[in-house]
Amino acid sequence: MATIEINGKVVEARDGAMLIEAAAEAGFAIPHFCYHRKLTIAASCRMCLVEVEKAPKPLPACATPVSDGMKVQTRSPKALAAQKAVMEFLLINHPLDCPICDQGGECDLQELAVGYGGDVTRFAEGKRVVGDPDLGPLIATEMTRCIHCTRCVRFIAEIAGTRELGAPGRGEHMHITSWLGGQVGSELSGNVIDLCPVGALTSKPFRFRARAWELNARPAVAMHDGLGANLWFDTLRGQVLRARPRDNEAVNECWLSDRDRFACAGLHSDDRLRQPLLRDRNGWREAGWDEALPRAAQLLRNIVDNRGGEQLAALAAPSQSAEEYYLLQKLLRALGSPHIEHRLRQGCFTAQEAMPLMPGLGMAPEALQAGDAFLMVGCHLRKEQPLLNHRVRQAVLNGAAAMAINPVVWPSNYPLAAEQTVAPSRLAGALAEVAQALAGGEAGGEAAAMAERLRDAEQPLILVGAVAQMGEYLGAILAQAMQVAEACGGRVAFLPEGGNSAAAWLAGAVPHRGVAGSHAPTVGKHLRQLYAEPVAGLLLLGIEPERDSLDPAAMARLLEAAEGVVALAAYDSPLLREHADVILPLATWAESAGTQINHAGLWQSYRGAVAAPGEARPGWKVLRVLGNLLDLDGFDFNAADEVLAELRAAVDRQGAFAPTPWPAVALPDAPASVEAVAALSPYSVDAMVRRSPPLQAASDAPQPCCRVHPALAERLGRPQRVRVGDGAASAVLALEIDERVADGCIVVPTAIAETALLGALTGAISVEQAA
Amino acid sequence: MANDVCFRLNHLDRSWALAVYRDQHGYEVLEQVLREQRDPARLIDELKTSALRGRGGAGFPTGLKWSFMQRGAPGQKYIVCNADEGEPGTCKDRDIMRYNPHQLIEGMALAGYVIGATRGYVYLRGEFWEPYERLQGAIEEARAAGLLGSNLLGSGFDFDLDIHLGAGAYICGEETALLESIEGKKGQPRYKPPFPASYGLYGRPTTINNVETLASVPEIIRHGGQWFLELGKPNNGGTKIFSVSGHVERPGNYEVPLGTPFAELLEMAGGVLGGRRLKAVIPGGSSTPVVPGERMMEVTMDYDGIAKAGSMLGAGSVIVIDETVCMVRLLARLSHFYYEESCGQCTPCREGTGWLARVVHRIEHGQGRAEDLDLLDSVAGNIGGRTICALGDAAAMPVQSFLKHFRDEFEYHIEHGRCMVGATPAHG
Ligand SMILES: Cc1cc2nc3c(=O)[nH]c(=O)nc-3n(C[C@H](O)[C@H](O)[C@H](O)COP(=O)(O)O)c2cc1C
Ligand code: SF4
Ligand code: FES
Repeated sequence: MATIEINGKVVEARDGAMLIEAAAEAGFAIPHFCYHRKLTIAASCRMCLVEVEKAPKPLPACATPVSDGMKVQTRSPKALAAQKAVMEFLLINHPLDCPICDQGGECDLQELAVGYGGDVTRFAEGKRVVGDPDLGPLIATEMTRCIHCTRCVRFIAEIAGTRELGAPGRGEHMHITSWLGGQVGSELSGNVIDLCPVGALTSKPFRFRARAWELNARPAVAMHDGLGANLWFDTLRGQVLRARPRDNEAVNECWLSDRDRFACAGLHSDDRLRQPLLRDRNGWREAGWDEALPRAAQLLRNIVDNRGGEQLAALAAPSQSAEEYYLLQKLLRALGSPHIEHRLRQGCFTAQEAMPLMPGLGMAPEALQAGDAFLMVGCHLRKEQPLLNHRVRQAVLNGAAAMAINPVVWPSNYPLAAEQTVAPSRLAGALAEVAQALAGGEAGGEAAAMAERLRDAEQPLILVGAVAQMGEYLGAILAQAMQVAEACGGRVAFLPEGGNSAAAWLAGAVPHRGVAGSHAPTVGKHLRQLYAEPVAGLLLLGIEPERDSLDPAAMARLLEAAEGVVALAAYDSPLLREHADVILPLATWAESAGTQINHAGLWQSYRGAVAAPGEARPGWKVLRVLGNLLDLDGFDFNAADEVLAELRAAVDRQGAFAPTPWPAVALPDAPASVEAVAALSPYSVDAMVRRSPPLQAASDAPQPCCRVHPALAERLGRPQRVRVGDGAASAVLALEIDERVADGCIVVPTAIAETALLGALTGAISVEQAA
Repeated sequence: MANDVCFRLNHLDRSWALAVYRDQHGYEVLEQVLREQRDPARLIDELKTSALRGRGGAGFPTGLKWSFMQRGAPGQKYIVCNADEGEPGTCKDRDIMRYNPHQLIEGMALAGYVIGATRGYVYLRGEFWEPYERLQGAIEEARAAGLLGSNLLGSGFDFDLDIHLGAGAYICGEETALLESIEGKKGQPRYKPPFPASYGLYGRPTTINNVETLASVPEIIRHGGQWFLELGKPNNGGTKIFSVSGHVERPGNYEVPLGTPFAELLEMAGGVLGGRRLKAVIPGGSSTPVVPGERMMEVTMDYDGIAKAGSMLGAGSVIVIDETVCMVRLLARLSHFYYEESCGQCTPCREGTGWLARVVHRIEHGQGRAEDLDLLDSVAGNIGGRTICALGDAAAMPVQSFLKHFRDEFEYHIEHGRCMVGATPAHG
C-alpha cells in the first residue's frame, strides 16, 4: 500500500494503482475519456491531467502510478486549467450536434463539457468533417463526433481479439475505421457502442428510436447462452428498445455478446402470438383465456383419462425459466406422465444416467481466467459462449494452453497450442488417444502434445460443446472426456447450447430424474424414444418445432402423431398451426419474472422488463392455472417467487447428488458414407434471436450453404450445388469448398428453413451433385 | 579546429571504405575493448567524464542514459540508432553515414557491448538513399571482416546490425514512435514511463541514440573522456556538427567545438547571404525558439549558451534568417509542418496544431483579427507540457517565440492585411 494525499485527504492506495483509481476510491472523480479499467492505458485524451507535487508538468492520472508520499491536486488552478484546455481542444472540432445525436443525455463529452467547457467558442475556423465507415448492421457511425480516445480500437484488439478496427491517418487525419473497410465481425462488437464516450459509435438498431432520458432501465438476465449475462433492458412505453450490459464481474463483467445485446429486436416480430388460438371445425380462431384455458385443460384431461398419463409428454425449449420447468414437470408428473424433455438439440442420450446434476462449468467464469489448460471438444466456444471464450482468451494471453478437437478449424481469436480436425464420429476416438497418451501409451503427434499440456496443467478443463451435443456420438465423447479428465486430474464441462439448460436439469425437466436429481419412480422417454414411439398428447412450452429440434422431420412426425397438442408459444409457427389444437400466447423471459441458472450454478432471478404483447402471459401463470383447472394439488402460487421458493426448498432437501458411474461406451464406427456436421449459427439458437433483424443481417447469421474439404469436393466432382439428405427428404444447397472442414464431412446448416425437412444432421448423409 | 570527431575522415578519398577507416585507427577501440574485456562500468564513466550529451535534440547525458540499462539482466536487449533526421534544418546524420559509416557501426557495437545488447537497429529515414547504401555497404563490409556477427574477434561477444527504413514521418524520429514503427505498427509515441531502458523494442530493454551521439563514442573511448570534454567546455563536452542553412553564403555542416561563438560559425558559413542584415536565427532546428539576430551574435554555440538566449541547441540545426523574411509567413510554414506531422493521438497536439496553423495562415492571408495574437499565445500555451511527446512543445515554441520577438510584424499583418517586410504581397 502507498500512502498518498489527494486534495489534502490522506488516502491508502494499492501499490501499482493509477492515480485515477486511487482518487475514485477516495471519492474524487477525475474527468477522463480514454481511460477504461478493462483496457490498456492510452493516456492520450489528456483530460485527466492533475497537478502532482514536484512534477514540473501536469500528469495524466490514468497513467501515473501512485507512489508513497505523493501529493496530488485534482482541482487546483493548474489542474483545472489543463483540464479545461483539453476540453476546449476536444470541442473545437466536435460538431456539437447533441440535439440530433443518439448519445445525447448519456454522453461523457456532453456531461464533462458542462463542468469544463466554455460558454462561447474561441474557435473561428472551419470544423473538421469525417466520413463514416459502414461497420455493419449493428454499429452506426458518425465519425465527425469521434474524439480519438481509441477505446474501440483497444477493445477490439485486446478483448475481442480481432484487430478489426484501427486509427489510420496522422494528426487531424487520424480516424477510426475498420482496417479493411468492411463490417466488424467480432461476436463482441457491440461493446464499442458502450465504450464510445461520444456519439461516434452508436447502436444502429436503436438509432433515433428514443432519447436516453425517456428510457426506463429494467434489469434482466440474458437467456441466449448458459452464461446468463446481466443486462439492462431500456424500455419506452412498454417496449424494449435496447439492451445494455449490467456490470457483474462474476458473470459478464461489463460486456455483452452481440447476441445478448441485439436479440431483443426479435421481441417485436410480427409473428408474436398475442391472443389464445383455438382450432375448431373451420380452422383457427382467436379466443379469450377464459375459453382457451379450460379447453387446454380438458384436452389434457381427456388424454390422461382415455389413454393414460403415459400417453402424455411435455417438451420445452432449453431457454425457459426455472419456474416454468419446475411447474411443467410438476404438472406432467401429477398427471402421471414421466415424459418431460428439454434436450431438443441433443443427438444422443445413452449416458444420461451418468450426467452430473446439471451441465455447466462447475466453477465461476472468473475462475476460467486463471485456468492453465483447456481442451475444447466438439465446441466452437467463441460463437457458442462468447463471453466464456473471452475468459479463456484472457487465460491464454496469460500463458494457458488452449487446444481443440473439432470437425472444423474455426477461426480462433487466440493461438491454439494443439489442434486436431476430425469427423464428429472420430471425436471420441481422438480423445481416447489423448487418454492413452496420458496413460503413457503410444500416441500421434497432436494427441501427445495435448496430453503433455494437460499433464503439466494444474487445472485442466475439457469443454464439450454444442457441436458434440448435436451429434449421435455425445455419450462416447463425454465418456472419453471423463477418461481424459481422470488421467490428467482435470474436469469436464459440458456446455449445451440452451440458455437455461442447467435450470431445466435441476428443476426436473428431464425424463429420467426428478427435481434436483431425485429418483424418478418411472423413467420417461427421452427425445429419441419419443420420436420412435410417439404419444397421444403433447404439451409444448416455448417451442418453434420446425427450428428448435435437431431433427425437425422427426419433430413434425411426433406432432402429427399426437391426437391432442397444447402449445404455449411466443411466436407463431406453421407446424403448430398444422398440428396443435390450442395455442396459448406466451410471454418471453424479457416479459416475465423468472430465474436463470448459469454455467456456474448461479441462480439469477429477474422481473419482466415490459408486459408481454396483447394477451400473452408468463408461462408460470399459465401452467399454474392449468394445474388448478386440472384439480391438481400444489398449484396455488401467487407469484413466480413462490414457485422458485418451492424449487429451492426441493433442491435444498435433496442434498448431495451422486450420478451413476460412466458406462463404458464403445467408440463409434465412422459411417461408410459422407458424415454430416450440423452447423448451428449463433444467431439461430432460439426463436427471439432468429427474429432479430440486425442479427440476421450480421456476418454470423446462418448461411444457406454447405461446406466440404477440397478433397471431398474433388470426389464429388466439385459441384456448385449439392443435394443432401437422408432416405426420406433432401434439400439442395450451395456448396462452398473450405479446407478447414475435416475431410469426409459436410457441414450443413441446421435451424434454417432450407433444411427444416431433413432429419438430424448427424452420422451418414447422402450428398450428390445437384443441378 | 574543425572536423575532429564524426567528420574526421571527410577530407579523405572514399572515406566510407573499411580500409580507409581502418587506416585511421578504425575499429581499434572495439578490438581493444573486446580483447581486454573492458569493464562496461568504466566505459560509462569515460562517457560521463566526456560530458557527451545526446545529439538528437534533447541533449540527455549519454553516459547516464547507458547506465540505466541492466546489463546483466537476462533476455534480449537492443541498441537502436535514430537516423530518422526529420527535424527541419538538420542534415548532419546524413553526412556521417555518407562519409564515416564505420564509425557509427563501431559506436553501436561498443554501445551493444556496454549495455549488453547483441542486436542493433538503425532506423534510417527512407528518403536517404545514398546514406542507406553507404551504411548498408559498410555493414556488409564489417560483417565480412568479422566485425559484426557472432563471437566478434573471438571475444565471445555477439553483435549484429540491421537497417530499418522509415517511410517519411517526422514523428517516427521520436524514440518510442520509432520503436513502434520498427515493430511494424503505426508510428505513435508511447506514454512514458515505462522508459525504453526497461520497456523498449518488443518490450525489451533498449537504448536509443542519435547517429552523431553513437558515432562520437569510439573517439571518446580512444582518446579518453577528458580529451573530448576539453574539445568543448564544461558540461558541454566535445564538438558538435551544426547544420547551417538559410540565408548564408555557404550553407552546410560544420563540426566545431561546443562553445564556438555564433559569430564565428556564421563567418565559416560565409556570413549572411548577400551581406544582408541578420534578422533572426532558429538555432537548434525548427522546434526551438527563434532568437533575434542581435542577441544571437552574442551567443556561444553550446547547450548552456543557447539556453541563456532563451532557446535550445536541439539538433544543432542553425537556420539563419535575414531581413527579407516575413516572420508571419515563416511561422505559417512552420506551423503547417507541425500540423501535418502530429501523430494525432493526444488531444492538445492533434487539435491545437491545426488551430495554430489555421490562425497563422489566416493572418498571413490578410484575414487576421485583433484577438488572434493573444489566442495564438494561449492555444500554444495550452499545448505545451500537456502532451505525450515533445512534438506538442515543438509546435508551441515557435509560435510563442515568434510572437514574443516579432509581435509587431504580426500586428502589422493584421492591421494592414499585408506584409511589413519589403513588398511581399499579403497573398503570396
Ligand atoms: C517529434 C520528435 C522528433 C524527433 N526526431 C528525431 C530525429 O529525427 N532524430 C533524432 O536523433 N532524434 C529525434 N528526436 C529525439 C529522440 O526522441 C531521442 O531523444 C533521441 O533519438 C535520443 O538520442 P540522443 O540521446 O543520442 O540524442 C525527436 C524527438 C521528437 C519529440
Ligand atoms: S504530442 Fe502530438 S505527436 Fe506527440 S504523441 Fe501527442 S499527438 Fe502524437
Ligand atoms: S483518461 Fe488519462 S489521458 Fe485520457
